[in-house]
Amino acid sequence: MTEISHYAQVWSHRTPRKRLLMWLGWLALVALFVWCWQIMTETTIWMFVTDAPRQAADIGGRMLPPRWGYLPELMNPLWDTINIATLGTIGGVIMAVPVAFLAARNTTPSVTILRPIALFIIVASRSINSLIWALLLVAVIGPGLLAGIIAIALRSIGFVGKLLYEAIEETDKRQIEAITATGASQAQILSYGIVPQIMPAFWGISVFRWDINIRESTILGLVGAGGIGLKLNASLATLAWNQVAVILLLILGTVIISEWVSARVRHAII
Amino acid sequence: MSAVYPDTWRRPPQIIPNRRWRIAIQCGIVIYLILAIGTVEVNWARVYEGLERGQRFVMGFLQPDFSSRWKDISQGLVESLTMTLTSTVVGVAISVPIGIGAARNLVPRPIYMVCRSIIAVSRSLQEIIVAIFLVAMFGFGPFAGFLTLSFATIGFIAKLLADDIEEIDATQAEAIRATGASWLQLVDYAVKPQVMPRLIGLSLYRLDINFRESAVIGIVGAGGIGATLNTAIDRYEYDSAGAILLIIIAIVMVSEYGSSYLRKFLQ
Amino acid sequence: MLRLIALSKTYATGDTALADVSMDVPKGQLVGLIGPSGAGKSTLIRCINRLVEPTSGQVMLGDTDLVRLGAADLRRQRRRIGMIFQEYALVERLTVMENVLSGRLGYVPFWRSWLRRYPPQDIRRAYELLDRVGLLQHADKRADALSGGQRQRVGIARALAQEPELLLVDEPTASLDPKTSRQIMRLLTEICAERDLPAIVNIHDVPLAQQFMQRIVGLRAGCVVFDDPPDQLSESALTTIYGAEDWHAMRQGDEEQAEAQADAKRRLAEMPV
Repeated sequence: MTEISHYAQVWSHRTPRKRLLMWLGWLALVALFVWCWQIMTETTIWMFVTDAPRQAADIGGRMLPPRWGYLPELMNPLWDTINIATLGTIGGVIMAVPVAFLAARNTTPSVTILRPIALFIIVASRSINSLIWALLLVAVIGPGLLAGIIAIALRSIGFVGKLLYEAIEETDKRQIEAITATGASQAQILSYGIVPQIMPAFWGISVFRWDINIRESTILGLVGAGGIGLKLNASLATLAWNQVAVILLLILGTVIISEWVSARVRHAII
Repeated sequence: MSAVYPDTWRRPPQIIPNRRWRIAIQCGIVIYLILAIGTVEVNWARVYEGLERGQRFVMGFLQPDFSSRWKDISQGLVESLTMTLTSTVVGVAISVPIGIGAARNLVPRPIYMVCRSIIAVSRSLQEIIVAIFLVAMFGFGPFAGFLTLSFATIGFIAKLLADDIEEIDATQAEAIRATGASWLQLVDYAVKPQVMPRLIGLSLYRLDINFRESAVIGIVGAGGIGATLNTAIDRYEYDSAGAILLIIIAIVMVSEYGSSYLRKFLQ
Repeated sequence: MLRLIALSKTYATGDTALADVSMDVPKGQLVGLIGPSGAGKSTLIRCINRLVEPTSGQVMLGDTDLVRLGAADLRRQRRRIGMIFQEYALVERLTVMENVLSGRLGYVPFWRSWLRRYPPQDIRRAYELLDRVGLLQHADKRADALSGGQRQRVGIARALAQEPELLLVDEPTASLDPKTSRQIMRLLTEICAERDLPAIVNIHDVPLAQQFMQRIVGLRAGCVVFDDPPDQLSESALTTIYGAEDWHAMRQGDEEQAEAQADAKRRLAEMPV
């Protein structure tokens, strides 16, 4: 150790090189932002933008008072919406379970072929929103609840599959080792060593996804996949903003209740 | 051995110990499922007809056509990407003050209530519904999409940021406060270092989500790749639609790997 | 009963865990496996039932060479080897009874285990074993509701449910307090004596090994460096196994503990009643 001969006058907690890099990073971000902004707003008609507050006031005025008489007509579509979410979640979870077991590193039968396929299914399902799935399915099998249910199910595979396979990979290895040591078959190792460990995660994830699906299923009707969104679409098309207000309040109420239910159930499980 | 042991054993019920309740709940589930499945009216003739289209779509997915609509696709893509970036930057910039304002341990109660209600409004309104309104107000195009995504980003980032700040190590904040620091200095020295890495991680995560959402809000007229996709499906051009979906999947994959790499690099 | 012939294990990283280990374990013998951490004790007992695949050598259980077996035959042979784990390794979220019955998994078809419909004699035996380890009234509790000592008893019952011909025991007392450790070791030795079971017990506590084992095998860097009855375990033998410095440090720790215990006892005795 050499003796410290003098103290620096200026103290900084990063080296100059690091600070320079940070500034360059921020500068690059700002430049990128400005560039993107210019490209994005190329086609924007600013007259509409400046006009927006007046439009907002106009729409707001038409929404009030909400047409409460419309409410009874909404009960059936609401029931459909809840069914789309629930049946879709069940379908999605059923499909997600095998995918999750194929994707988890410790349960997949083949790391080189099946695991990448399972991971691709998960990414594909996750990156495509249920509304896009619904758009496609309505085109393929026609409008109606079935398209909505399948759309919700397809979107749920990725979400449930990803969280579930992470839970499978996080299981306690010693418990699995102990079951293996008894001479259990692969299926028995799965059912005694792994399934009990992931059960709480499984129920938690499913209920959580159900809650999200209630939200998503409210708008599937915009593309014709049934539920309360159909009414929303019809009211928007006829510019019946006072009906739109009722629908939005109903959706909000449903979402809040489903969130509460899901939180309660998850709390009870964990 | 003298004792006689039973030779049957049944697993005791784990969740609902009461037998009556268990049966009631099981019956309830069955009845609900019957009723729910009953509401699904399937027009099998229509489904059968659709199978051919479904086949064409799967073929389109396997043999995507990038070239014939490339101009529309690239324009939609540029709109989506620019919309994603600008809305994330703006959304995060607005989220930071709101997030700090919604942290109970930093601000007086009235400010806390105001900020928390902004977050609640932003979180409870669906992107699509917000987009419908903003398109009605600002006209069609990416600007409405940009506003939608910025608005949604606020609810997401500000909530998680506020929860994070509320969980920071109180002793560190105490220590800084004890030096006689002002409120701003407190935020700078005690809060910023603890939540900064997480804020960067969340922003990258939100960037990812915003791109995915930008593909959806186009359906209601807010620009981006979603509008292109909507048109392609309306025209029954499934090979172009397949190409667009593959591009979306590829970008999401790249951004997921990229953001996890960036997060590792920045920490 | 069990014969290991030139058993070796080299991990993919190039680390040699076992080098040419050979030994014979006759029926009814309790073998204590001691050695510093990283000496290959855990690898050795896992190579016997092939939870870890040995690189070369033979594991003869009776007349069968376990190393050569295919997956189905290996499962059938694993039934003959009961294993008891460090930190119990029970399936925490299943009941005590299910944990004991899981020892029968190698014997019953999948549907029986899935529906928890085990044959009556299996269930009777499971109750009998729970009674033997003193947990009869806990059969319906979940495993994570039990204390450490109780969980290890369930682990013992699970291993015995296999009706094994050999017990492999991996650090049975690692997470237990001294009193419970001795109780568990006593239970193990009693059970082995009752059934004339041979056991290989991987144990880090030398005094405990000396007290309960009939034979001590010392491992150092994957090689057997000591193999004799416990009364032959001299200072110099322990120095060979653990290395001079480590052994000294360990013994000093033990001495301090013994001193502290003696001191506490004295104070208790001196206290006015």
